[in-house]
Amino acid sequence: MSIIKKVKNSFLLVVCVAVLSACTNTENEDTQATSGDGYTLAISGSTSVGPLAEKLAYQYAEHSDTKIEINQIGSSAGITNAINGVSEIGMASRDLKEEEKASGLTDLVIAYDGIVVVTHPSNKVKDLTMEQVKQIFTGEITNWKEVGGDDMEIVVVSREDGSGSRDAFQEIVDYSSGELVKSAIIASGNGNIKTTVANNKHAVGFISFEYIDESISTIDINGAEATAENVLAQEYKLSRPFLFVYKEEALSEAGQDFIDYILSEEGQQIAAEAGAIPVK
Amino acid sequence: MSIPTENKQTENIGKANKRKYFLESVSSKLFMICALLSVITLVLIIGFVFYKGSHPFVVGGYSFIDFLFGTDWVPSEDKFGIFPMIIASIYATIGALIIGVPIGLFTAIFLAEIASTRVAKIISPAIQLLAGIPSVLYGVFGLAIIVPFLQNTFGLAKGQSLIAVILVLAIMMLPTIVTVAETAIRAVPQSYREGSLALGVSHIGTIFRVIVPAAKSGIMTAVVLGLGRAIGETMAVILVAGNSLIVPTSLTDSIRPLTTNIALEMGYAAGTHQEMLFATGIVLFSFILILNFVLAKISAKGGN
Repeated sequence: MSIIKKVKNSFLLVVCVAVLSACTNTENEDTQATSGDGYTLAISGSTSVGPLAEKLAYQYAEHSDTKIEINQIGSSAGITNAINGVSEIGMASRDLKEEEKASGLTDLVIAYDGIVVVTHPSNKVKDLTMEQVKQIFTGEITNWKEVGGDDMEIVVVSREDGSGSRDAFQEIVDYSSGELVKSAIIASGNGNIKTTVANNKHAVGFISFEYIDESISTIDINGAEATAENVLAQEYKLSRPFLFVYKEEALSEAGQDFIDYILSEEGQQIAAEAGAIPVK
Repeated sequence: MSIPTENKQTENIGKANKRKYFLESVSSKLFMICALLSVITLVLIIGFVFYKGSHPFVVGGYSFIDFLFGTDWVPSEDKFGIFPMIIASIYATIGALIIGVPIGLFTAIFLAEIASTRVAKIISPAIQLLAGIPSVLYGVFGLAIIVPFLQNTFGLAKGQSLIAVILVLAIMMLPTIVTVAETAIRAVPQSYREGSLALGVSHIGTIFRVIVPAAKSGIMTAVVLGLGRAIGETMAVILVAGNSLIVPTSLTDSIRPLTTNIALEMGYAAGTHQEMLFATGIVLFSFILILNFVLAKISAKGGN
């Protein structure tokens, strides 16, 4: 008897869970459907800006019934879409080229992305040029004495292929995944890189700004210290702007409202939480 | 009056029986469903991994030979060669065997033949507890103790290396080897020992000339199971291997075994890159299948 009961009960449980989850699903669909009643704002572009834009759009949904469609298709495609009017707003994680500027686009920095090169605190090297960083990560420079440090081997630590930080770093420093020195230690995640570098006096790696602490020493690039102020002043070169690009005359009220929201205190707070450097 | 009561009694018995049979059939079905569940899961996993992993070769036009023997793994540049990882996996596993098997075997012999019951009662649970430690903790231990130790003792530029992986894996495979080998040694009939000792052979002589050969198939099983543990280990290895994409030529080179390649890159992988990681899984799976086949052969031989 008890077994039958148990079987019955467990069936009931399964059914209940199934029904419940079905309910929550439909609820979700419902809320999505209602938010789509308003204007649809089309945004497309950089896969680096995309996740931040998604977070902003998610929070923005509480303030407005504008539906925001975000397509992550790469900076260049996003800029082209903004020029052609396919998307109202394009996202880019690089500065506009001359010919792109010439087509009448307005570019607006919504946040900055900063990366910092880190070493063991005992390392004497505190300043590198962008060229030296490239040479170190591509294996042309293999000893710290070549860049003014002690006579010891350089151990390069990098993120895994496909990581956004790695893509950003390689894009700014200008080398490809194939050029990365083969013997590089590959660590998954910013925290892992930090631990590896903090425990190895030979090591050099790169992390996002928000991970900086005393366990590692940061490297100045071209003489500029890695601080948010220097990024905003465009002194620190190991950074890139997160841009929204649009044509002034084609921007709708809803689009302007979303941009105002991003530049508001709340929007910038979200950007900071997402790991970007706020512009305000 | 007596007849109806009898009828009622048989009726009652009949009801009880019916209930019993119903229970029997329900429980046997329930057990079968449970048993099928694991088989279905296995089929689903194999099916999924092979479906995803074979896609780039069947549809995408990639060469499986280039995949196996290519030395460049640069997913963002469409280069997928896992040769360095295959070599890394093999080296790490063999290295772990060289260190782990003698230690494990001697421990098993000590527990089964030499140690007093009291000592064995302390050591045995300790070893079994070792098996229960989550593998990521082995990795953290390796990263915090073994890696800096190697760095400082041998003056290496980096401690994340083949030898660090070997040491961690050797420790991790110990419980498997010890437990299985100990059982095999204990299963050797007492008469073997008595006969050998009666002929004047020393205790240690008896162990190595009589007992170990008699427990050979069980010990081989222990080794193969340990091997399986080593080759499939991921989380501990990912922390101490360094994950560099080179074919290791020395014990101090950083390596990336097959398992860590999958775990490391799956998070960000998409499209062909992801399918190639599943293909890496196929290669790993083939290794495990071969091991299981060897294991089956050994146990079949032991049965005779």
